[in-house]
Amino acid sequence: MKNSVTLTIDSQNVTVPEGTSIADAAESIGIKIPTICYHPSLTPPAICRVCTVEVEGQRTLQPACVVPVGEGMHVKTDTDRVKTARKVILELLASTVNLEEAPEIQEQIDETGADTERFEGGVKRHFEVKEDNPFYIRDYAQCIMCWRCIQVCADDVQNTYALTWGKRGLESHVATFLDEAMPNTTCVFCGNCVGICPTGALKGLIEYRSEQKKEQE
Amino acid sequence: MKADKVVKSTCPYCGVGCQVLLNVKEDRIFRVDAPFDEAPNFGRLCVKGRFGTDYVHHSGRLKTPLIRKTPQSPGNRTRADSLEDWREASWDEAMEMVVTRLLDLRWRYGADSITTNVCAKATNEDNYLMMKYFRSIIGTNNVDHCTRLCHAGSVAALQLAINSSAMSNSIAEMKDLECFIITGSNTADNHPVISTFLKQAITQNGAKLIVIDPRRTEMCEFAELHLQQNPETDTALFNAMAHVVVKEKLYDKEFVEERTEGFSDYIKSLEEKTPEWAERITGVPADGIRQAARMYANAKAAAIYWGMGISQSVHGTDNALTLINLALLCGQIGRPGTGLNPLRGQNNVQGCSDSGGMPNVYTAYQKLTEPAIRQKFEKAWHSSLPTEPGLTTTEMVDEILTGSVKGWYVMGENPLMSEPNLNHARQAVEQLEFYVAQDIFFNETNVYADVILPSAAFAEKEGTFTNSDRRVQRVRQAINPPGEARPDWMIVREIAKRTLNAISREADKHPDAPTRELDRTIQRNAEKMLANWDYSHPNEIWDEMRAVTDPFFGITYERLEKEGGVHWPCPSLEHPGSPYLFEDDFPSGRGKFFTVEYTNDSEMVDEEYPLFLSTGRLLYHWHGGTMTRASSLDQIWPECTVEMHPNDAAKYNFEMGDWVDVSSRRGIITARLLVTKRSPEGAIFIPFHFAEAAANTLTNNLIDPRAKIPDYKICAVKVVPAESVPTHREGSHIPLEDRGAIKDTVPG
Repeated sequence: MKNSVTLTIDSQNVTVPEGTSIADAAESIGIKIPTICYHPSLTPPAICRVCTVEVEGQRTLQPACVVPVGEGMHVKTDTDRVKTARKVILELLASTVNLEEAPEIQEQIDETGADTERFEGGVKRHFEVKEDNPFYIRDYAQCIMCWRCIQVCADDVQNTYALTWGKRGLESHVATFLDEAMPNTTCVFCGNCVGICPTGALKGLIEYRSEQKKEQE
Repeated sequence: MKADKVVKSTCPYCGVGCQVLLNVKEDRIFRVDAPFDEAPNFGRLCVKGRFGTDYVHHSGRLKTPLIRKTPQSPGNRTRADSLEDWREASWDEAMEMVVTRLLDLRWRYGADSITTNVCAKATNEDNYLMMKYFRSIIGTNNVDHCTRLCHAGSVAALQLAINSSAMSNSIAEMKDLECFIITGSNTADNHPVISTFLKQAITQNGAKLIVIDPRRTEMCEFAELHLQQNPETDTALFNAMAHVVVKEKLYDKEFVEERTEGFSDYIKSLEEKTPEWAERITGVPADGIRQAARMYANAKAAAIYWGMGISQSVHGTDNALTLINLALLCGQIGRPGTGLNPLRGQNNVQGCSDSGGMPNVYTAYQKLTEPAIRQKFEKAWHSSLPTEPGLTTTEMVDEILTGSVKGWYVMGENPLMSEPNLNHARQAVEQLEFYVAQDIFFNETNVYADVILPSAAFAEKEGTFTNSDRRVQRVRQAINPPGEARPDWMIVREIAKRTLNAISREADKHPDAPTRELDRTIQRNAEKMLANWDYSHPNEIWDEMRAVTDPFFGITYERLEKEGGVHWPCPSLEHPGSPYLFEDDFPSGRGKFFTVEYTNDSEMVDEEYPLFLSTGRLLYHWHGGTMTRASSLDQIWPECTVEMHPNDAAKYNFEMGDWVDVSSRRGIITARLLVTKRSPEGAIFIPFHFAEAAANTLTNNLIDPRAKIPDYKICAVKVVPAESVPTHREGSHIPLEDRGAIKDTVPG
């Protein structure tokens, strides 16, 4: 049995087993912390930072999905600083990525009141839709680089390792080894990446084609 | 795209029983997801479940009942591939014809002149009704299905040794395994979602895997040890492992004493079966056998998973018995993470067997030869039931040829792709007097039928499937069937009612019929029987089934709705279900050790036919190909391939992609060569999905004497350059290695 740890979240006392993340501890007392890259069946990568919270005594905001609870910790999930951070993260995302097909992120934009046009005029990430196999397409213009597809393909689920990270900075994107077409990689087309993608970046070919047909009509 | 509705159901492909979310818009499935928080797959799917269910929308779906334009006669039965050969009929006409022709045979030749294949793809409810129809109205136990061609060896052995016939442990336990053996199973291709849990047990929990298989399957890349035995030498290898366990005193003395019998005879039989003896037979180094035996016996918990490589053999029962012996010896059963786990093939092959789709048992393996059990079913069905077990599918083929079987009612299934020695099986089908098929597509078998009844696919009906770990799960309707197609249970219900009416009306015209006694019973009870057949929803069929089947009694549709799935045995409504079995005892009381001697009865290679052939499946296709070749999956692997080891390819001067003729003593096929180290030297592998190069043209119809399962994994063949190259199918002009399906290309 693990030792238990007691802390406060938004001034409520909570006792959870050692090693629990702040996000899980918060959820246990009904405080929902927003997440994007986090998925309960994957190792949290702490990339999107929308789950950010304030921990008393810490200089920077902390990603609640990975930071474990500590004895006597005081966590605040709805301070102005936290709210601003979340809002800016969403505004920055919206400035470069097409979020039309990301309903959960759209909801967060509504909730935080993020101004999606705040950073209008910045460089948009532009990628051609990759249609290189019989089963799914990859539209990286809609990719927020949450890392879920890479993890689901690696040791969190499939152990196939077809996906990785390519380039750096604004050009960085999910890629295959040397950007090879999917059929030339280790991909077994399980589509577990498609199932876990939070945006429209990965999509089954049947769905993609029927959408295109509808657009033409 | 926003869905009109999202319907949760169960995947129609393999025995894992993945839960799927069918996203529907305008009566079409456009996306398949999986719920992340539900067993058995927890959000995972494979290529078939996620991208391969579009066959339901294929233009080739059967939409109306069809009747052959040219009447067929025994011996002159022909193939009718074109729609031109058929005329569309009303349900009324088609069903009347089926009933009239079946009763005609029944009255002339007796009930046993008719047989049925029930269907491991159809629901429990569909299968229960069909076997009930055959036993209680037609009056024969000639009910069987493709389990005969699949895990019959495993079931026969499990019944002999412990009186069980299913996986003992659950899929959910896999992530916590400590040590496990995979033998005769290409798990990553054939149970892809199970393989992801097994891989995780290894990469994240440090579990140790021993693969025992002549082929170097993908799981070998995750294994601590791969023992690559010669084909058909499994019993020698497992006996030698047991020899090591006994000699080194690694066995579980307490378990052996308290829970088994036959130990002393068994260990005597192991005396001479040293690893060195086994090395000479199997080609596996004696030290490898010792190491595997120690790993399995010494683990706190160790499980065995096996597939067709064990079962589909003329020694299928013996092979499985040696695995059971090993588990009993080491006490590796009856606890989490242990067990004897035959990985079932079809989505509902477990359920079809559980529903009584076999010639010797009713639901949940209740033996029909036991009077008390038979009387229970007679009472429930208001009929008198035949007392002798019926024919197995493999025996049926021969009985048609001897003339004792005349009529055939096939629900689903495609025996002329899946039976061994297809030319022989086809000759049998040509001899039939009457053949009715119930299917979603034309296939290689039903093109010989007199009548085809169009049925609904998995997404178009309600019911339950039971997966490989005995979990009963719901199948739900997401879309409408095409045209006039109907769910199987509805078709069988109507046929049964019409048959009852016809018997009541007309049986007196046949006073000398061999079925006279049954006819009288039916005439007496007609009203009750008709009322009993008045099902309005599969729920009612399930309720009837659980009322006569103690292990299912606690499982109701209401519970399935709430809990997602329940593992049988589940004898009461309060019972939580049984993810793992045999904690305290076996259904047989004590587990029995069986002495197994290594024998060599399969067809052996010789100068003329110098290579062994093994058959099996690919990740991207399903069995006879009826579904997958009508889906997106056909694009990635559109043609048959012959796997050959690079050393053999060099020896015969072949290269990747060469067209070759493969022939055995029974037939010949033409296909392209795939050079790969997956197959061992001296043995080739051909998947059996492709009608234009049907692997079962080559296989041997030799059968296991106890389980009646054919020897699919071994026969002797030769491979020569193709005499002529067949016309390309769409997509097959792309070089094999560029299609993206082959992940282990070895340069030729």
